[in-house]
Amino acid sequence: MISLLDSEAFILSLVTGVYLLSLWLYRKTKIPLLHPVLVSIPVLALFIRCTGMPYTAFERGSRIIDFLLGPTVVALGYLLYEQVSQLKANAVSILTSVFAGSAVGIVSVVLIARWFSAEPALIASLEPKSVTTPIAMSIAEKSGGIPSIAAVAVIVVGIFGGIVGPFILDRLGVTSRIARGLALGSAAHGLGTARAMELGAVEGAISGLAIGVMGLMTAVLVPVIEWMLG
Amino acid sequence: MNALPGIFIILLFYALGEGAALLLQGFIPGSVLGMLLLFAALCLKWVRPGPIRPVAKFLCNNMALFFIPAGVGIVDALDILSARWQAILTACAVSTVLVIAVVGLTQQEFERRRNRPLPERKPERP
Repeated sequence: MISLLDSEAFILSLVTGVYLLSLWLYRKTKIPLLHPVLVSIPVLALFIRCTGMPYTAFERGSRIIDFLLGPTVVALGYLLYEQVSQLKANAVSILTSVFAGSAVGIVSVVLIARWFSAEPALIASLEPKSVTTPIAMSIAEKSGGIPSIAAVAVIVVGIFGGIVGPFILDRLGVTSRIARGLALGSAAHGLGTARAMELGAVEGAISGLAIGVMGLMTAVLVPVIEWMLG
Repeated sequence: MNALPGIFIILLFYALGEGAALLLQGFIPGSVLGMLLLFAALCLKWVRPGPIRPVAKFLCNNMALFFIPAGVGIVDALDILSARWQAILTACAVSTVLVIAVVGLTQQEFERRRNRPLPERKPERP
């Protein structure tokens, strides 16, 4: 029985099954806080604790799924290519706006976390919080952060940004559809894009583009800003 | 359609990205460099988008599943999380609002300037 619990076949079907169930729950209820990632992680953590499965066994068993993060980041290059016509028309303004947003995002997170005297590993985990999860986790790992904290922070930021984003943009008088989509995708990655698509097709497409550009800019800026802030 | 060519191209660019990351001494993650290289190769028409499309769509549509195994690693970080939740939530919330504001306002300002007719140039004084 113990050997079955530890087997790759069991762990892979467990992770996929729990995820599919949480996805079903999320689509049924449409409650943002029931995001499949926020449900699956505690359910699996609880399962590991209750069965007494060693975490290393879980890690070994789910390695194939974990590996797919890398190819997924590469595949984002294809999605970026699909949006390239959007980029061509507004290249300078889009690159400048996302660059500014990425820099402000990283610096503000570092300064606020330092003000709370957070540990360096925690700060490094929060720096890529506006970036799509697979990119955020590799950035966090590179800069000495904890990838799992980065993953959870990214999802929380995405849910928060998707909910408050349109409200903030209204208050600031940002009416341009390109600007609204770009802001949502830059700050709240895929969850912001899902919200942007509800606003309209232009907002959705630009928001998808913003995910890739923001990921690239942040990957470059994190080491630079870390060096500048000492 | 056979998915294997698309899988191969994506894996190949992942490996190329990891190689480039070694050259840059880990400054940027290999997967991010792979994404940039694939994007460039598609724009330059070095690779055809056709075979990549279904594989890329599959990966990106199911992305959330792929970070669950690492996310479960949060059980190892529970003490730091429970000790620092105020810092985490404040930093994330304030910074997210700032990013939305900066990106939205900068982009809109660019568009406003471009759409405004250029002011007439004053004749230069002799």
